[in-house]
Amino acid sequence: MIDQAKVCPVTAKHIKVALVGQPNVGKSMLINSVSNAHLHVGNFTGVTVEKTEVLFDYKDYHFTIVDLPGTYALNDYTIEERVTHGYLTSNDYDLIINVVDSTNLAKNLQLTSELLTLGKKVVIALNMTDEAEKEGIEINSEYMSELLGVECVKTSAQTKLGIKELLESLIKNYESEYKNSKLIFSEAVEEEISHISSYLQKHKYIAENTYRNIAINLLKNDKLTYAKLHDEPLWTELQPVLVEASKHVELHHLNDDIKEVFAEEYAAFNKGVVAEVLKEKVKIQERTLTEKIDDVLIHPFAGIPIFLFLMWSLFQLTFEIGSIPMDWIDAFFGWAGDTIGATIANEDVRSLIVDGIIAGVGAVVLFVPNIVILFIGIALLESTGYMSRVAFLLDGFFHKFGMHGQSFIPLVTGFGCSIPAYMSARILKNDRDRLLTLFVIGFMSCGARLPVYVLFAGAFFSEEMAGNVLFGIYVGGAMIGLIAAKILKLTAFKGVDEPFVMEMPKYRLPSLKLVWHTVVTKTWMYLKKAGTFIAAASMLIWFLSSYPKNIELQDSYATKIEFAKTDEQKTILQNRLAEELLEKSYLGQVGKFTEPIFAPLGFDWKMNVALQTGLAAKEVVVSTLGVLYSLGDEVDEENSSLKNIISREISFASAMAFIVVVMVYLPCLAASIVFTREAGHIKYFFYLLGFTSVVAYLLGFITYSVSLLL
Amino acid sequence: MKTLFDCKKACKVKVIKLNAESELKQRFISFGIMKNAELEVLQHTARKSTVEIKVGSMQIALRSDEAKLIEVEKI
Ligand SMILES: Nc1nc2c(ncn2[C@@H]2O[C@H](COP(=O)(O)OP(=O)(O)OP(=O)(O)O)[C@@H](O)[C@H]2O)c(=O)[nH]1
Ligand SMILES: [Mg+2]
Repeated sequence: MIDQAKVCPVTAKHIKVALVGQPNVGKSMLINSVSNAHLHVGNFTGVTVEKTEVLFDYKDYHFTIVDLPGTYALNDYTIEERVTHGYLTSNDYDLIINVVDSTNLAKNLQLTSELLTLGKKVVIALNMTDEAEKEGIEINSEYMSELLGVECVKTSAQTKLGIKELLESLIKNYESEYKNSKLIFSEAVEEEISHISSYLQKHKYIAENTYRNIAINLLKNDKLTYAKLHDEPLWTELQPVLVEASKHVELHHLNDDIKEVFAEEYAAFNKGVVAEVLKEKVKIQERTLTEKIDDVLIHPFAGIPIFLFLMWSLFQLTFEIGSIPMDWIDAFFGWAGDTIGATIANEDVRSLIVDGIIAGVGAVVLFVPNIVILFIGIALLESTGYMSRVAFLLDGFFHKFGMHGQSFIPLVTGFGCSIPAYMSARILKNDRDRLLTLFVIGFMSCGARLPVYVLFAGAFFSEEMAGNVLFGIYVGGAMIGLIAAKILKLTAFKGVDEPFVMEMPKYRLPSLKLVWHTVVTKTWMYLKKAGTFIAAASMLIWFLSSYPKNIELQDSYATKIEFAKTDEQKTILQNRLAEELLEKSYLGQVGKFTEPIFAPLGFDWKMNVALQTGLAAKEVVVSTLGVLYSLGDEVDEENSSLKNIISREISFASAMAFIVVVMVYLPCLAASIVFTREAGHIKYFFYLLGFTSVVAYLLGFITYSVSLLL
Repeated sequence: MKTLFDCKKACKVKVIKLNAESELKQRFISFGIMKNAELEVLQHTARKSTVEIKVGSMQIALRSDEAKLIEVEKI
């Protein structure tokens, strides 16, 4: 990392840099190692889907680096590629850093060639130098700079090599004049380029870009350049020249697809460059490590069972390892409730703190160990390169349900949180596929729903079974999602199937630091939410379920309790009082009011309320249950963990129906907002609301009815 | 006419022609699948619904429908 010395805001110069490159070459990671940003990094294509600005100072300069989604070429294939192309033509930046993967130079240079005619200064970062060295690839960067006419700097985002040099080169380029690159085409094309350039020269056409670049862009049919010149007086004369030029080039290549012609031209030039600058020290092995691993992991028959086994193990671990610290956390909050409660004299304040905040927040924090394990699992899936393999394996299966194999990536992200999942659906090219995926993401249970499952699975199944049940819930959710996709595909989102062409990244050992950082950040966010939003929600729920105070009821019970003969009777009466008070509270009234709606699913009013408050955030489901059951159940100290109360108060059938409803009903508020934004119209929100509600209700009802028969 | 779809595992071929429509063709090209490029079939799923190929040092997955659009010859 670079020292972050503060620069004088008045004298400092601002340099704005656009970071461009093909997907998965390490753009985001490069920014992270230049500044102290923590952009999302993952070993699959399409990690970054939105432009992000990172600011830092170096020497006397203010740098703004804009991280852009990876793009294979400037041809707007997917939404996120459109973001990049749009930004590049916006003219809102000074320089381009073109990040290339040194282990895959020829392919990466195809994009570079396109960037070189934009008329912007370019610096090439030859990234992944560490990996290239390991593979025995050596690149002569000085010679390459000379051949291309653009500065090339060897970097490694992983080992932080060449970061200073890259910044120095940016400054140097910023301070110097723009020069044409040395990109050279075949004779026929060069002839036409100079022809068109001389034309522009003759007419003294005034433009920001150089004549040579304009000529190249015109020849390759660049829409923007065309549009710009179209309104100029010289157009009438220029047009016939262009038509002739295109004909000449097409004839020369025996191909009337000018884009393809240029791709071939670039490829020929780049092949020459690569041959000059790249040396492979060791003869590459017949089969790379990645290919060998792929032989097993995407084996035609073993591939899917291996994937299922890995998932099953993850949920098994979630339960087995997660339950150890859970007992401690549970004990801690129990102890905290008792100790803090004992110091507070005022009955109401004590109840607010103990039954409201501690019970509500405790119920959420309790599940941190499970969440951490889930996050580790997702981080590993993202950073090893296995993600794309699963997309490959499942594409055939997904296809049958009308989904795209690449949908797998947003769907998996959805197991962590729906919000980034909705965003990452942008990697799908087609709007219909994308909308379909948006609708299905909700069926992938997000991390915030995990607590509900862990709670109920733990309460109603033996310890050995609970992990399997958890696995079943997730697989079940995914299956329901696929069936829903099929239904939607047959009704709302009819249309042709989109092609599936996807790069499979190399397997990479996940950097421990990176996994650690992602998991800690996400866990910290979960805890922070528990401490702020959930605490506030718990207070609100406590308030709504403790007021209005029903003095009459209290008095009538007070006398009854006084005259009770045995202690046992006293306890029963006290419990009954607490229960009745709760039912008369604001929240109780709401719950009672909506009880008939949920009666066919076997929910008591507390469960109704928990589902409704869960619309704000899914964590609130357990915190509501925590508050409601701890208010209603004050006595009986022995068995007061939420899990025990629930297994006592809720029937098996109701519990199963509850799990199913939580699995499929509307995502939380924040997620719904992002969903609506990504879908592009408010009507989709209402579709989602209607669709999930109907499905949740029906499935809940079926589950309840079937479970009753068991 | 032989297409990539007809190739078996570990078979090495050269691209003759891309029969895809313009957009998909662009995509193929940006992946390095263009005339004269050499491809190798690495793996396919059980019912050959999806194929994994190697172009240069890069691995690409595509569906059988897309593989059928790539005309190839054996090398
Ligand atoms: N060995 C090595 N790995 C790297 C280097 N730079 C990035 N990586 C890895 O490459 C993968 C991709 O990194 P990202 O930074 O997410 O790539 P990106 O270019 O931002 O990708 P998109 O946002 O999808 O376009 C990650 O697994 C990184 O750990 C490097 O210099 N050396
Ligand atoms: Mg990125």
